[in-house]
Amino acid sequence: MTSGLWELVLRGVWVTIQLLFFSSLLAAAVSFVVGIARTHRLWIVRFLAGFYTEVFRGTSALVMIFWVFFVLPPAFGWQLVPMWAGTLALGLTYGAYGSEIVRGALTAVDPAQQEGGIALSFTPWQRMRLILLPQAVPEMIPPFSNLLIELLKGTALVSIMGMGDLAFSGNLVRLALQESAEIYTYLLLIYFVIAFLLTRMMRGLEKKLKAGVGKAPQKKVAAVRVPEGSGVR
Amino acid sequence: MNWDWGAVADFMPHFWDGLLVTLQALVLGSLISFALGLVWALLMRVPTRWVTWPVGIVTEFVRNTPLLVQLFFLYYVLPEWGLTFSALTTGVFAIGLHYSTYTMQVYRAGIEAVPVGQWEAATALNLPLRRTWTVVILPQAIRRVVPALGNYVIAMLKDTPMLMAITVLDMMGEARLFSQQTFRFTEPLTVIGVAFILISYLASVLLRTLERRLVR
Repeated sequence: MTSGLWELVLRGVWVTIQLLFFSSLLAAAVSFVVGIARTHRLWIVRFLAGFYTEVFRGTSALVMIFWVFFVLPPAFGWQLVPMWAGTLALGLTYGAYGSEIVRGALTAVDPAQQEGGIALSFTPWQRMRLILLPQAVPEMIPPFSNLLIELLKGTALVSIMGMGDLAFSGNLVRLALQESAEIYTYLLLIYFVIAFLLTRMMRGLEKKLKAGVGKAPQKKVAAVRVPEGSGVR
Repeated sequence: MNWDWGAVADFMPHFWDGLLVTLQALVLGSLISFALGLVWALLMRVPTRWVTWPVGIVTEFVRNTPLLVQLFFLYYVLPEWGLTFSALTTGVFAIGLHYSTYTMQVYRAGIEAVPVGQWEAATALNLPLRRTWTVVILPQAIRRVVPALGNYVIAMLKDTPMLMAITVLDMMGEARLFSQQTFRFTEPLTVIGVAFILISYLASVLLRTLERRLVR
């Protein structure tokens, strides 16, 4: 491979990382908002949040991406820059998966903690902010770490829409060289290295957060996705 | 927003064709992933690191890289090595392989959840290793993991649209083809989006019933 082609690949890596960064921020925001809404007192809030989760978890990420790219522009008369369209589709889809993690971790906090907050006449928001979240967030990190890897794998989908991410630049290199084994091997290796670095990062974060509540990090985490219909166990 | 029911009606015959291909890919992909996942899980229990390390590294690699790139790899590289398969066969194999690295963890958890007493009883009865696995451990382990495997079937369903990228005419492929021919994007994409939500919702309801019956 020539240096020009490597430059193309590197530019693809940069786009993938940018997309990963923005969509994980959006997904994190969505998961917390929707996940907390699912524990709300009012049934209508819980229902709407549950509906959102079912719809966005039920559909495929690729269908969502197509929808944002092709259906939104004529429907609303505005068009998003590819980067934001990709961010929106991925963030909303993976946010729905993340909301189940948030809900699961919140309901897993010992009920006595919640009751203690009520006894001390904390407002619901204070209970959430001062009692539930500090204990629930460290527990969310291992499943979030798995979800982040899923999101990284999901970013490759935008290449189908012609966005110049890593998978797309790989296809360009294949066309230029008329040879596929080498470039696709590199591509898989690059994705694997990014995933490995992300896992390390998340493990460091978990260690730090768990130290904050006086716990040791979990030993080994199996990459099992959030169960579909049955909630988090 | 201009919604045209005529376009929906025109799309429906293509939709049924696509649904058939999607379900085909889903069923075959699931079968491969169930079988291959069990093989990985059993290999990981072989008591020598000459087996567990390579299997561990390969499965970790497959799990942490995008299915889309794996599809491209298999679709473009295998012919270079003299192996030519149809796009659907390649896609089914890629999905099966990718998800086998998830199902192997499900099987592992199931096998580890079998009480130690069962192993000890098998030893006490002097059952050979093969019989221990086939009549004592696996029947108990697999019963426990059926709901978890079902979750991966739903996850697989939502990854089948990727087969479009290697020219398979599944639901997504049909929708894209239709859009390119008629310049109507809204209707076909919305129809298949709703179809995905419906199918995966029905499947998750079905799973919950199955879970209640199997895990007591």
